[in-house]
Amino acid sequence: MKEELLISGRMNPNIDPFLNIWHWHIPVYLFLGGLAAGILFFAAFYTITGREKEMPTTVKWATFIVPIALIVGLLALFLDLKHQLYFWRLYTTVRLQSPMSWGAWTLMLVTPLSIIWVATYMKEIVPGWKWPWKFLDRAEAFVIKHKVELAWILIVLAVILGIYTGILLSAFNARPLWNTSILGPLFLVSGLSTGAAAIIWMSRSHYERKIMSRIDILLIIIELFLVTHMIMGFLAGSEVKIASAMIFLGGQFTVSFWVFFVILGLVFPLILEILELRGFRIPVGIPAFLILFGGLVFRFIMVEAGQFTRYLY
Amino acid sequence: MRYAMAIDTKKCVGCSDCVVACQTENNVPIGYARDWVAEMVAGTYPNVELEIRSERCNHCDNAPCVRCCPTGASHIIDGGIVKVTPEECIGCGACIQSCPYDARYSHPEGYVDKCTFCDHRVEDGLDPACVAVCPTKCMYFGDLDDPSSDVSEAMKNRNYKALAPEAGTDPQIFYLL
Amino acid sequence: MKTRRDFIKISALGTGGLAIAGGAYNWANGSELAEGMSAKAAGKNLKLNRFPTYCEVCFWKCAGWAHTNEKGNIIKIIGNDEDPHCNGRLCPRGTGGIGMYNDEDRLKTPLIRTTENGQQTFREASWDEAFELIAQKYQEIKQKYGAETIAGFFHGSPGSHLGHLLHAFGSHTEAHPSYAQCRGPREVAFAATYGSGVGSPEPTDIRDTRCLVLIGSHIGENMHNGQVQEMADAIDNGATIITVDPRFSTAASKSKFWLPIKPSTDLALLLAWINVIINEELYDKDFVEKNTYGFNELKEHVSKMTPEWAYGITTLEPALIRQTAHEMAAAAPSVIVHPGRHVTWYGDDTQRERAIAILNGLLGSWGRRGGFYFPEGMSLPKFPTPELPHPEWDWKDIHDKKYPLALLPVSNALVEASIPENNPKHLIKSWLVAGTNLPLTLPDKDQTLKAMQALEFLVVVDTMPMEITGYADVVLPECTYLERYDYIRSAPHREPNIALRMPATEPKYESKPAWWIAKQLGEKLGLQKYFPWKNIEEVLDWQLKKVGSSLEEMQRIGVKKFDRAFGAPYLVDGENFEFNTNSGKIELYSTEMQNAGFDPLPSFTQHEEPQQGFYRLIYGRTPAHTFSRTANNPNLVDLKPEPWLWINPKVASIWGIENGQYIWLKNQDGKITQFPIQVRVTERIRWDSVFMPHGFGHHNKRLTRAYGKGASDAELITNVKIDPVMGGTGMRSNFVTFLTEEPEMEVES
Repeated sequence: MKEELLISGRMNPNIDPFLNIWHWHIPVYLFLGGLAAGILFFAAFYTITGREKEMPTTVKWATFIVPIALIVGLLALFLDLKHQLYFWRLYTTVRLQSPMSWGAWTLMLVTPLSIIWVATYMKEIVPGWKWPWKFLDRAEAFVIKHKVELAWILIVLAVILGIYTGILLSAFNARPLWNTSILGPLFLVSGLSTGAAAIIWMSRSHYERKIMSRIDILLIIIELFLVTHMIMGFLAGSEVKIASAMIFLGGQFTVSFWVFFVILGLVFPLILEILELRGFRIPVGIPAFLILFGGLVFRFIMVEAGQFTRYLY
Repeated sequence: MRYAMAIDTKKCVGCSDCVVACQTENNVPIGYARDWVAEMVAGTYPNVELEIRSERCNHCDNAPCVRCCPTGASHIIDGGIVKVTPEECIGCGACIQSCPYDARYSHPEGYVDKCTFCDHRVEDGLDPACVAVCPTKCMYFGDLDDPSSDVSEAMKNRNYKALAPEAGTDPQIFYLL
Repeated sequence: MKTRRDFIKISALGTGGLAIAGGAYNWANGSELAEGMSAKAAGKNLKLNRFPTYCEVCFWKCAGWAHTNEKGNIIKIIGNDEDPHCNGRLCPRGTGGIGMYNDEDRLKTPLIRTTENGQQTFREASWDEAFELIAQKYQEIKQKYGAETIAGFFHGSPGSHLGHLLHAFGSHTEAHPSYAQCRGPREVAFAATYGSGVGSPEPTDIRDTRCLVLIGSHIGENMHNGQVQEMADAIDNGATIITVDPRFSTAASKSKFWLPIKPSTDLALLLAWINVIINEELYDKDFVEKNTYGFNELKEHVSKMTPEWAYGITTLEPALIRQTAHEMAAAAPSVIVHPGRHVTWYGDDTQRERAIAILNGLLGSWGRRGGFYFPEGMSLPKFPTPELPHPEWDWKDIHDKKYPLALLPVSNALVEASIPENNPKHLIKSWLVAGTNLPLTLPDKDQTLKAMQALEFLVVVDTMPMEITGYADVVLPECTYLERYDYIRSAPHREPNIALRMPATEPKYESKPAWWIAKQLGEKLGLQKYFPWKNIEEVLDWQLKKVGSSLEEMQRIGVKKFDRAFGAPYLVDGENFEFNTNSGKIELYSTEMQNAGFDPLPSFTQHEEPQQGFYRLIYGRTPAHTFSRTANNPNLVDLKPEPWLWINPKVASIWGIENGQYIWLKNQDGKITQFPIQVRVTERIRWDSVFMPHGFGHHNKRLTRAYGKGASDAELITNVKIDPVMGGTGMRSNFVTFLTEEPEMEVES
């Protein structure tokens, strides 16, 4: 029998017996960040390809969610900090090796830009909207003229935002569950998928819903592929990696992972969307909600389970 | 100059003096520990083997905690000692996630704390508190680049290992076997 | 029926007294650190003051420096580099001593037992009130029964002050449990063999030894600081360590040979070793010829005790027994067969220690480098007082006939003499207890409780609300060792040395030092003439000046070493050394034992074994704690909050017990532990035994960190084997079975 134990009674709060330093704040932020990235991506994409008229919700209405999501996400992050009075230190330096620093600055850029994007549509969304100051009218005109350039910037930032949430976790090589390079693309695809789902839910145009459903189906299939790939990668890895995979194959998170994420969050809505495209009448909200729910649950599981895994003891 | 520690597992008895000494020297709050003692038992009675190790932050050469800190609060000072500047730390917990040894913890005052190799004592030419108090004198500290330092002398002609080398952090605490 | 003396569990008191957080002490008495040594604590540049002290957590009494910050709070304790006991390095309990100082559960004010609403409880009282009550009661008892009926039970420094008080009052009835409950048998055995006991600290020359044999000593889990340090030195020097232990102890893991002996059979192994060494002529012939008596009788006695014979008893392979005997002999005389410390196991302990003493004698290790050195201590003159009164009877009269070879009082005999039903020749009516937690220290708790119920008056002096305080009539809060002066430490060592203890800060709350308590109480009892000094500084300065030092000097340096005055620490070749025995030689055959009516040579006797489903209870130490006194210390509780019960994996799987599970223990007499203990399933323990560290399972709720943590082994030690030679209480013949469900129990009264 082999024993490996601590005999000096270490019980650091949130570190022992299992690491639990990140709570709900991080998964909520990751989800909102992914959602925002997804919506922004599609809005920018269809602007660049000149198809705004056909995809009104994508380009206009759904983007209203983005600044709200980002600000709520930032608030969650702020609440997670333990030394909050010093949060401004984040913006005194750019540390290229720290994904968190990347994230802080990206958010710093995306949030105002997304507000600007939404602002250009204020007059359409709120009838009779008037800017309080004259220079804002000029600014609005300027932005509308350079919509496409803005869209290019936004599409790049959206990809960074979507992928960095995954790289943030995968950069922590001390947590075997996270230390896989698939996590970045997986989070990006998941973010895009949740963005698409939100758009589908909000859209009133049948055409738009059809396009986004097709895209979403593709994204879910890619996601399923990536998840399978990730688990197979773990099982082919070292002992700690295998232990990470076992968390989902008989361990504590088996049920939540497979039932709530894979089945309810991926497979079931996939089937519903395919059926809808085939002509069956399915309330739009159900697959959309399930995908959003699945995205949130996925991030909760990953953050919780990741902290569970470790190299020692 | 590269500070490192060598700990002789043949002499360590697991008394945990290093843990209490660190606590009183560095005002570590009750309920928190910057270092700890681990025990490994293998075999079947009566063919049993025992290894006892005093562990702490390894002040890695390739420290992931310094890399991932978004504000630069986690930094490396002369000699390779990894330290945290409390006024620059925002308490995001990234460094805690990145340490394969779980050596860091969140101090009740909000910033992240850990073993500092007692750099305030090292400045004065003293050993860290844990090394200075160990009754079996099984802990050695010094400059690895200096072949005549305590730690270099201790490691001569001895087999040694570091913890979790597969994590790729290049830890600087060596356990003499 | 309500018992006379309720155990007062719940504190009906408020915090009581002012929480004086260590006011600034008289700075003139503290020594500033030398230039360039300013300690920076926690990154802040604090200039610390340091005060010399010696530790009270255990008997090793390491000297150190207590550091205080500018607010006068003690923030850390470090060893004194000049001190041969610790060489500048304290053990974890010594380093964690500041926890004793910071513990908010400390006794804060004097407490007097009273009855409120039909419930017995304590009320806070002033010192004056408490002294008045004690003085009144003591005078009553003296009048009715004689002052001798007040017995003192002491451990540590307070005993020296309170013992003097009792002597002045007319009582020499006092006992230290550390004799009959701990090291007594080896003192008697070695005194019978070598003419002198082993003493404290043990004069084992471990740092220069070539072979260290540990039979029933778990150095490394007991933190006998000097010995742990020297064992590490021995390992560095490549010395062989042989450990005999049913458990894979830490020392066993560092040993060349580990003999996993069947418990209770150690004497057979020792006799077999003696047999091998004699028969194969591995003993130091010159040494034995010159210095020992009774060799031929010994040879004849062990002639049949071969390793093969021992194999059947101990389950140790004969080849291993022979090999280890060879190893010992090859290293002789730089070999130590360690006498152990807590040696009260099975009731034949004096005989087992005799075997150890004989083995050392054959190997010639006594008085040799790498074996046992001759320690020397500095003797300090006693402060002149009028002659102390002679009592009509004292502890000797209580058990001298029963235990003629006991050189020190036998505490359990005094406890027995406190119970009227026993019809003792002299009935003890009152106890004064200081520094020892009798309900957890003495085996056979029922007997202790019965004795306490029968007492007329019980006074307890302690720093913490230990269980003994729950039974007291008056509780007096002593301040910790960090806040007081005590007598100079002068323990025998390689070179004579003295150490000063001085307060690093003012006593917290209303607590006071024991010397002050003794003097105040003495004055209340009209014994002023026996305390003819203003304060203890006067006494210390006087004593120190007599040996060429002064209080001022000792306050600066903490420890002072002297040259030896009584000869070399080792036997000199060619010198004729007279041992303090009947024959003047090392008595392998003990005439003293024979004259007292006991076997002059040890023989093996079979001891009780556990029945089916029961496992021998082996208790021991853990390096983070000292007995039960540190179980509430915040720093040490951080290290080890509760004990683990070691169970062999095979046994655990039979019972279906898992690692980390909590179980209750029931012993062979049906006694069940009040609290459960957490299980550690480990290969380090035999399948016929379980191991747990002693000192947990506190049931006094006022110990907020220790209450309810783990089980108390003392509760389970009901089968006490009394050593007929000196009254030692053998405690290892108790067996336990496991209860995985919470049992219904009577509430502790």
